[in-house]
Amino acid sequence: MRSVMTGNYASAYGAKLARAEVIAAYPITPQTAIVEKLAEFVQTGELRAKFIPVESEHSAMAACIAAETAGARTYTATSSHGLTLMHEVLMWASGARLPIVMTNVSRAMAPPWSVWADHMDSIAQRDTGWLQFFCQSNQEVLDTIIIAYKVCESRGVMLPAMVIEDAFILSHTSEPVDVPDQELVDSFLPAYSPELKIEVGKPMGFGSLVKPDQYMEFRYKAALAMNEAHDRILRVEKEFSNIFGRDHGGLLELYKCSDADFVLVAAGSVAATAKDVVDAFRAKGSKVGLARLRAFRPFPHDEIRALASKVEGIAVLDRSYTFGAGGAMFTEVEASAYSGQKKPVMKNYIAGLGGRDITPKILGLILEDIQVAARRGAANDIEWVDVAGLPRRWR
Amino acid sequence: MMPKITIPEEEFTYPGSTGCPGCGANLVMRYLLKGLGDRTMVSIPACCWAVMPGYWPSNCLKVPLLYTAFEATGAAISGLRAALDIKGVEGVTVVGFAGDGGTVDIGLQALSGAAERRTDAIYVMYDNEAYMNTGIQRSGSTPWGAWTTTTPIGTNHGFKHEPKKDIMAIMQAHRIPYAATVSIAHPEDFIKKAERARATKGFRFIHALSPCPPGWRMNPRSTIEVARLAVDTHMFPLYEIENGRVRITKKGKGLPVSEYLKLQGRFAHLTEQEVAAIQMAVDESWKMLLAKESSGT
Repeated sequence: MRSVMTGNYASAYGAKLARAEVIAAYPITPQTAIVEKLAEFVQTGELRAKFIPVESEHSAMAACIAAETAGARTYTATSSHGLTLMHEVLMWASGARLPIVMTNVSRAMAPPWSVWADHMDSIAQRDTGWLQFFCQSNQEVLDTIIIAYKVCESRGVMLPAMVIEDAFILSHTSEPVDVPDQELVDSFLPAYSPELKIEVGKPMGFGSLVKPDQYMEFRYKAALAMNEAHDRILRVEKEFSNIFGRDHGGLLELYKCSDADFVLVAAGSVAATAKDVVDAFRAKGSKVGLARLRAFRPFPHDEIRALASKVEGIAVLDRSYTFGAGGAMFTEVEASAYSGQKKPVMKNYIAGLGGRDITPKILGLILEDIQVAARRGAANDIEWVDVAGLPRRWR
Repeated sequence: MMPKITIPEEEFTYPGSTGCPGCGANLVMRYLLKGLGDRTMVSIPACCWAVMPGYWPSNCLKVPLLYTAFEATGAAISGLRAALDIKGVEGVTVVGFAGDGGTVDIGLQALSGAAERRTDAIYVMYDNEAYMNTGIQRSGSTPWGAWTTTTPIGTNHGFKHEPKKDIMAIMQAHRIPYAATVSIAHPEDFIKKAERARATKGFRFIHALSPCPPGWRMNPRSTIEVARLAVDTHMFPLYEIENGRVRITKKGKGLPVSEYLKLQGRFAHLTEQEVAAIQMAVDESWKMLLAKESSGT
């Protein structure tokens, strides 16, 4: 069924099509429409699930952890302060090897208060052991939720996943979305059936205390699982594509990169705008491309290194900033790119924080700037784009 | 002649708990499970009992355990119940088993949420009246006058100067169907209340006083005696609240509170006037409890 819907409804339909059985959620702007829609699905019986209207996001995740441990497929959705409140239990979910899937509507952190698009909340969770998918369209949001369950629930992975949609730009903007048939989704995604679950008659402890001579093996196994998730994402998406006739580019979506001299690396909704800008540059004969970081965890290390071996310069756009270091996407892309023989010129552009528009003009200026930097042969590491008081060339 | 046994003989705890000698919390778990049986699953946050079942892969209990974060017990039992319901698993008693800090302080929000949502579960607070697993720091459940490592005796402030948080009143205000206080010195009363809690639907709360020899600075052999004196001095009255109706189940002997206090080093610094102040507060609380019982609320 083709329908016009917001990113938030795409999330709700994704969770419904995946037949989430326990949904525990707490409202936060701009995620609210997701939980409202799911509460409605449960109330009307369209979705056979238990909806727990918890009193905080911390409890939302803790309830999902418990329900998932008891063998139910669980889902939640949150944003910014809600996600960061969950931080402790996000680590619990991955440590307990529970394939929970949630949507994070990526939004800025206060102060100052801002409800608009920004990746700081999601980036701050990069060490929690969750798979992270940054989405570019509402269709991708819906599809990725279904794909994420299949990836995460596979025996070799058993880790949770965060599907990230940009605040308002996706969450509140309507786009055409193909809502697949339930039967088709069911044929792709079987019911959740974990190897172990908590049940009476089996007096096991889930999350017990371990000694120093036991702890590292648990972490090592989780590390292997995250590595396994890399190939699993590619395989599952191929399977998805065979059934549903579309895919979203694996971990690193390459747009016109095969012969590019300069590439922009970006994540989230801005990538859709960047594709138009790349087309405009190409029309003028400038060989540029876009590499969209769709998965930030697991990080597409090999893909970035392969890309870096073929280009003159890489501009990395970060919609967040790690104080004292740089944009997290930049530092990680740089580490992967420079692990190869060739060292393209690289530059970090900080833009779009707190929902500030990243216009085609700005993206064009970035693509020009990286070429200038490459000609000079030296990169100015980090540049804040379109900030009052800084050079006017961005405005 | 065989001794007369007045509580169920079946044990749901194996030997091997890592609790301290004379640990009251060991007996709280033991009597609780005697009342609830083995069709029970227990969620335990950070607290002494997060350590006491033993290192992985050991578990000294005959029921499955879900460990959870310190503040998350109320949410964990909500998730367990929701999953059992959607999976059609019936006849399981879901239990949250938390210490006083994990209940009245850091876990109060999740507890309140679970109670307000009418979660079908039993929440048990074993109350050793401080953060004992971390080494005797004050909690909201530490009584007025007690020494802890964060309420040290000194010339300036000294012992804890704030009264104990009344968790039973807080739970009563949530209009839950069943709440009870229990004592390890009165196992028959304890187990009867556990059985009653199990038979009730909805959110149920059990408050167990849990003497802690290292934290209360007392002889491990005095655990039961101290627990009994808590009831007999009205420091910890035994009662239940069923659908809002208060019923005292053990009146106690009405002994002076000094009988209870003097066995515990944590109160050793108190002056006669300070002991008299505790006596007055306890008398007042007891009078209020009697009034609640006779008025039925």
